[in-house]
This record gives sequence, structure tokens and C-alpha cells, in this order.
Amino acid sequence: MPRTKVYEAVTERLEILDTEGGVDTALMPEIDPSRTRDLYRDMVLMRTFDTKALKLQRQGRMGTWPPIKGQEAIQAGVALAMGENDWLIPAFREHGIMVLRGVPLHLVFAYWAGDERGSSYPEEVRCFPVAVPVGSQWQHGTGVGLSLKLRDEDAVAVTFGGDGSTSEGDFHEAVNCAGVFGTKTVFVIQNNQWAISMPLHQQTAAETLAQKAHAYGIPGIQVDGNDVFAVYAAATEAIERTRRGDGPSLIEAVTYRLGDHTTADDASRYRPEDELEKWEGRDPILRLRRYLVEQGLWDEDQETVLLEEATSWVDAQVKTLEEMEPQAPEEIFTSMYAAMPPHVVEQMQSLLEEVQP
Amino acid sequence: MTGQNAEGRSLHAVPEVATEKLTIAQAVRDAMLEEMDANDRVIVLGEDVGVDGGVFRATEGLIERFGSERVIDTPLAESAIIGMSVGLAATGFRPIAEIQFMGFVYPAINQLFGHAARMRNRTRGRLNCPMVVRMPYGGGIHPPEHHSESYEALFLNTPGFKVVVPSNPYDAKGLLVSAIRDDDPVLFMEPKRIYRAFREAVPAESYTVPLGKADIAREGTDVTLIAWGAMVRVCLDASEVLAREDISAEVVDLRTLNPLDRETMIESVVKTGRAVVVHEAARTGGFGAEIVAQISEHALLQLQAPVQRVTGFDVVFPLAQNEKHYLPSRQRIVKAVEKTLEF
Repeated sequence: MPRTKVYEAVTERLEILDTEGGVDTALMPEIDPSRTRDLYRDMVLMRTFDTKALKLQRQGRMGTWPPIKGQEAIQAGVALAMGENDWLIPAFREHGIMVLRGVPLHLVFAYWAGDERGSSYPEEVRCFPVAVPVGSQWQHGTGVGLSLKLRDEDAVAVTFGGDGSTSEGDFHEAVNCAGVFGTKTVFVIQNNQWAISMPLHQQTAAETLAQKAHAYGIPGIQVDGNDVFAVYAAATEAIERTRRGDGPSLIEAVTYRLGDHTTADDASRYRPEDELEKWEGRDPILRLRRYLVEQGLWDEDQETVLLEEATSWVDAQVKTLEEMEPQAPEEIFTSMYAAMPPHVVEQMQSLLEEVQP
Repeated sequence: MTGQNAEGRSLHAVPEVATEKLTIAQAVRDAMLEEMDANDRVIVLGEDVGVDGGVFRATEGLIERFGSERVIDTPLAESAIIGMSVGLAATGFRPIAEIQFMGFVYPAINQLFGHAARMRNRTRGRLNCPMVVRMPYGGGIHPPEHHSESYEALFLNTPGFKVVVPSNPYDAKGLLVSAIRDDDPVLFMEPKRIYRAFREAVPAESYTVPLGKADIAREGTDVTLIAWGAMVRVCLDASEVLAREDISAEVVDLRTLNPLDRETMIESVVKTGRAVVVHEAARTGGFGAEIVAQISEHALLQLQAPVQRVTGFDVVFPLAQNEKHYLPSRQRIVKAVEKTLEF
């Protein structure tokens, strides 16, 4: 009875754009220059509204906010690879790609400011609501991917989560079922290396998160998540694969949480300062700007104009947010059921009587 | 054992010992620290409980004192936190597991309901689960979604747990010590809204508040307000308003929901003839319904009016801006009391 090797796997890592703005031309995906500039604009826009949200929070005009600073390349790169009819199933640190997929920024802000109406996305936007419980959204990604497969629809499901969420049982169940049913799902792990105070090496003994894909019988790849070209290339490959019916796959995008977990957290309590400085030097936006300048696609004037445009666009969204009528007290009841049961109607009426001026 | 001060707040007749002015969060921490000092089988595990000291700082400094083998920062996995605690508890440890917010307990429900609650029964007493599951619960802090829930009724409808909900620093420390020493699984719900709202003198040395004993937080004669956790303070506030209208409200702080101190509760209702039950959780199937049932069973003929409930609505706990409309308020309690008096 021999003892034989029954399985062996290799996990690849993809990097295209270096920190100085140079690219590996052999691996560089085809993106026309105007698209590349759009990617940069998208990322700057994300940074601008993220910074604004933090400021609003400090001023008491925003609730708890989970910042996305440092993770812009993942969200811009995946968004560019997605097709118009594809579904996005986010966790809670995906405001950037949500906005790129059509969720109005003022609604994203409204949700985090504690307004129920922040979840009322326009009908045509194929985006699930924010999922706060950690890891639960992975399963919906599998379910939407199964739905698209069963209905033979020309669309795929792209679902996001963080490194911490891969420790939840839901992650295992979701990726396993996706493999079993061959769903049209792409799993994108934003590995920002910290789950509140827990560094990745305390989250898993595995060397990478990408290698977990092997255990479920689906392809997995690690990419430099601060390299928008690597993200775009890997996402395009994964989305095309599942779109043509070749099953789900997983992308681990390695990045870094440059901010706190949320505005309720203080990362200086547990995170080494030099680590933060190291990763600030790998800023995905800086890196893409260096590339654009190097290629003669970008200059100081364009930068100035972009920053002005981004700021005024974000300010306009804040204005829209703050001009919304205060939400009605009955908002807490009105979306609970298709048809409100009588006892809930009674409760709503009792509240309305109470708050009548 | 209890009395009142000028504000009507409960005064715990503490023996003459050195005391410290502590918040609920600090009292919780002190209870764990003292029990860990006294018994090296007491360990803490959960998300961010170590280096970070807990998101509410309830485990601050414990990892420095006891090391990372007794204060365990776990991966982000609630089911693992509880499932591992079952394994640890059944083999000699006394784990204190933290679920960061009660709204995040769902992944662990299988382990809690399917195993922790029934280990003693399904091994005919050969194995047990002397574990405490700490969960900050309740609304009022304007957090994001899933950070405000009160799910005590789920645990009370799952035989096998003791359920404890302190309302003040003195009880928080004494009840948690009792919970840690208890030989069955105890759900310890911490009212995060008042974690740091006020300080009270708490004995510096170890003491216990027994499980299964309610507290008369304020004495009164006209109506009994029955509550636990953060709602006790709202009831005390309401009592002040009622006092100005010459209505004397007694406030029963249940402190533990299982075992339930039926005697204290019923005695009070028999005395006043009226009762209002107050809880944050949704109304339908809430623990208030059980209390009303028990009052019906044991004091129906002494009642002057139907028992009233002031509870959360039967809706998803609202996002921050509308939570004020959801949470039971002083005004709602006063109105409910007036209803029992006008009957």
C-alpha cells in the first residue's frame, strides 16, 4: 500500500505596478490612457470623500465611519473589471466601489449618519446593502452567483470582505458551496492586515488567504492590493472566467488599513507606528500618479483641477445629505413587511400620537 | 440590604470596607481581575480583549497581568469563541467569553443553544460548562447597525442558561463574581449605554451578589415598575417624575432573569396592586410577556389594573437617528403608570 501525493498546490501573487510608478509591461493589462486617468480620478474621489466623512464625524455631523484610506486601488480596479449588470455584495468597508457602482454618495453618508433612508439605493443599482455582522455577506455572494447561474443570466456576483471575516464559519461555507455548485461568484478579500486590533498572523496560521481557495477546489490568487493594475488584471480574469461558466474564484488583495478600524477605534493602542509609516509609502494613489506622470498622462494642472472637482463634488453630496428633511419617526416601521401586521400598525400609531406636535 | 438616597437611587448597605468609585465597565474588569487572581483556571477569551483591552476597555490591563495564555485574543469567529469555551469549560477551565456586541452573537447560537446550554443534561451531569458569556447589549449609544440589540428572551427561552443583567457598578462586580463561580453557563448582559454613565462606591475587595435575588431599587406604594439593566435607571427617572405628581412608584431591579426572583416581584405587586414592565427588546415574545404571565398566575386577584408593558417596538432596532423613538422613555413609563391608575 503506497503512500502517495494526492494533492499539491501553488498560490501565485501578481504585481504589475511598483511603488515608483514603473510597470511590468509583460503583465500590464490593456487599459487605454483615458481609462487609466479615470481610475486615478476614482481613487482620488474615494480618498476625498473618506477624508470628508472623518471630518464630518469629528464635527458630530456623521456617525461611526469605517475609513477606506489605503484600499482605493482594490475598489477602483474591481469596479473597472465589472460589467454593467454584475452584482456587488459588499461588507462594510466598500464605500468606494459602492459609489462607483451607482450608490449615491449622499446615501452612503446618510446610512453611516444613522438615517434609514441611506439604504434606499436607486432601483437599478445592483448592490446589496452594507453587511456589518462580518462574513455573512460571503454567503449572499454565493447565493446571488447561484441565482445568476440558474437563471442563465449574463451577469456575475462580486462579493467583498476583509481578512478578519475569513475566520468566520460563513466564509468557509460560502466558498465551499460556491465550489460545489459552480456559482458565478468572485470573492474579493480586502486583506488590510488588521481586524480591529488583530494582525493577520493572529487571524490565521496560513501564509496567505488566497491559498484557502485550494481547499474548496476553486482558483485563488494573491495580488498587490495597492497596485490597481494587478487588481484590475486579476479581477478581469476572475470575472471573465465565471461569466463564461467556468466557476467561482477568489482574489486576496493585500493592502493596509491606513486608518483606524472605525472612528470609534484608536489604532495607536495596538499598531506599531513604523508599520503605518512603511505602508504610507506604498500609497496606491501616489503610486498610480507616479505612473501617470511618468507616461506623460498627468500633470500638476490636471491634479489641481481634479482635487478641486473632487472636493466640490463631495461638498455637493454633503449639501444634499444635509438638505434632506429629517427622517420621519415611522421610517422604523414602514419597511418591515410587505403588509404590516395589525399589531405593528398599532405600535406605529402609538408612536405617531406620541410625537405629534 | 438596600435603602435609598435622596435621589431615590438604590443604596447598597456595604459593610465598612475600603471602596473605590467605579463605573460599570471598571467594576466588570475588577471582577474578572480578582477572580483571575484567585483562580488560575479563570481565563478570558474574545475579539480584541487582549492587547486592545476590549472595545469598551472592560478587559483593560488583563493581558499585561495574566499573559496571552489566560487573556486570549481570538480570531474573528464568534462560534469558535463559544465552541472553544465549551471545550475549555468541560475540561477544567472557567472561561469568560466575550461577544463584542450582543448583535453579533448569531454565529455562536449553535454552540450556545445546541451545546453550552445542554452539556450537563446530555452527559447526565458528567460534564458541565462553568462558563460566563459577557455581552454588551442594548441601545442608546448611536452606533452602526447590529450594535444595539437586546436578545435576553432568546436565552430565557433556551433552558440551560442563567441570565444576569446588572444595572449599576456594585451589582455588576458582585454578580459577575457569582457568575464566574457558578457551575453552569451564565449569560452576563452588560448595559453598554451606562457603562460609563456614572460611578458608585464599590468595595475594593471581593464580594458576591447572589444570582436569583432581585433588588428593590426604590420603595413605593402605588405601582411597581419591573426592569433590568439600563432600563432600571429610566424607571428611577420616571419615578421621580411620578413623585412630583404624588404617585409613589416602587422599582424592582430583577438583576437576574434566570433564576427569577419571583417572590420579591410578586410581593411588590401584591403590595402596590399595579405593575408596569419595562424592557428594550421587541414587545412580542419579550421577557415582559413572561413576567405578566407570572403576575397573572400569582397575583391576579390583588391587581387593581391590567399590567402594562413599555417595550421596544416589533421592528429591527433602528439606526442611530431614530433610536430615540424606539427606546422606552421616562415619558412612556409615566404614561403607562397613569393608565394603570386611571383604570
